[in-house]
Amino acid sequence: MNGMFLILATFLAATIEGVEMMAILVGVGATRGWRSTFFGAIAGFALLTGVTIVLGNALLNIPIQWLRLLVGSLLLILGLQWLKKALLRIARPPARRQTPPPFQPMSSEKIDWYAFVVAFKGVVLEGLEIAFIVVTFGAEANQIGTAAIGAVAALVVVGGVAFLIRGWLPRIPREWLRFAVGLLLTAFGTFWAAEGARVRWPGGDLSILGLLAVMAATGFTYLALLRLHPVRTLTGS
Amino acid sequence: MRYIGAFLKFWYDFIIGDDWTIATSIAVAVAMTFWLVHSNIQAWWLLPLAAIFTLGVSLWRAA
Repeated sequence: MNGMFLILATFLAATIEGVEMMAILVGVGATRGWRSTFFGAIAGFALLTGVTIVLGNALLNIPIQWLRLLVGSLLLILGLQWLKKALLRIARPPARRQTPPPFQPMSSEKIDWYAFVVAFKGVVLEGLEIAFIVVTFGAEANQIGTAAIGAVAALVVVGGVAFLIRGWLPRIPREWLRFAVGLLLTAFGTFWAAEGARVRWPGGDLSILGLLAVMAATGFTYLALLRLHPVRTLTGS
Repeated sequence: MRYIGAFLKFWYDFIIGDDWTIATSIAVAVAMTFWLVHSNIQAWWLLPLAAIFTLGVSLWRAA
């Protein structure tokens, strides 16, 4: 494989995984606070770097199916919990005024382990997939270093875009942001958990967009139903 | 001992949260998907359906 072609192929493949990783990081950072999300991401990258250096080509022997199954299931559960809370609060604005829950990011000394763990898992799983792409493409052409350039470039570009939209996110009402993050976690969680169970998705990674559309339609339908039959209680924080 | 307790509580809150039915039904749906796929049935539709159904039930229980 030609060097430039190899970089381009790795760049494109890693961009898809990078977008998935950044979607989770930006969503969690905007709703739970950036500091703990950042630490979770750094810890994930550190683990990933260590594993990649220690294992090298043997990285391909990691049972990623089981990792996908575990992380995907957890993200799906988490996504549904977030969607539920967001829908209950959006459907009941008067209660929100009675018990105002203005978003308070964790204090600068405390770590929000919730955000830390979600960010960590997102980085480890997606990062591992990027490492697989690098090792697979690179080993085939006997140019792992060249393939790594494409992957790093993809992460820099996607990370730059995520950094730019980061300042714009606080303008979105908090419960709608939570709703959007819930949709993302549910869609990615469903996709990964099913892949971990060795499902072959029709359309491959593109089916994530289909999952997002289906879950958004479901969320709006349930929201309409909740507004028709107002809820009694607000649950959780 | 205190740290182990806090660690376990964190994971309980993380996975179970305030509604145990979500974690339980997703665990069952993932297990069923796994079983169906290993029986040569491409059950890609099962988890999305389970997510939609689980969210509906959980909202209904809270309402």
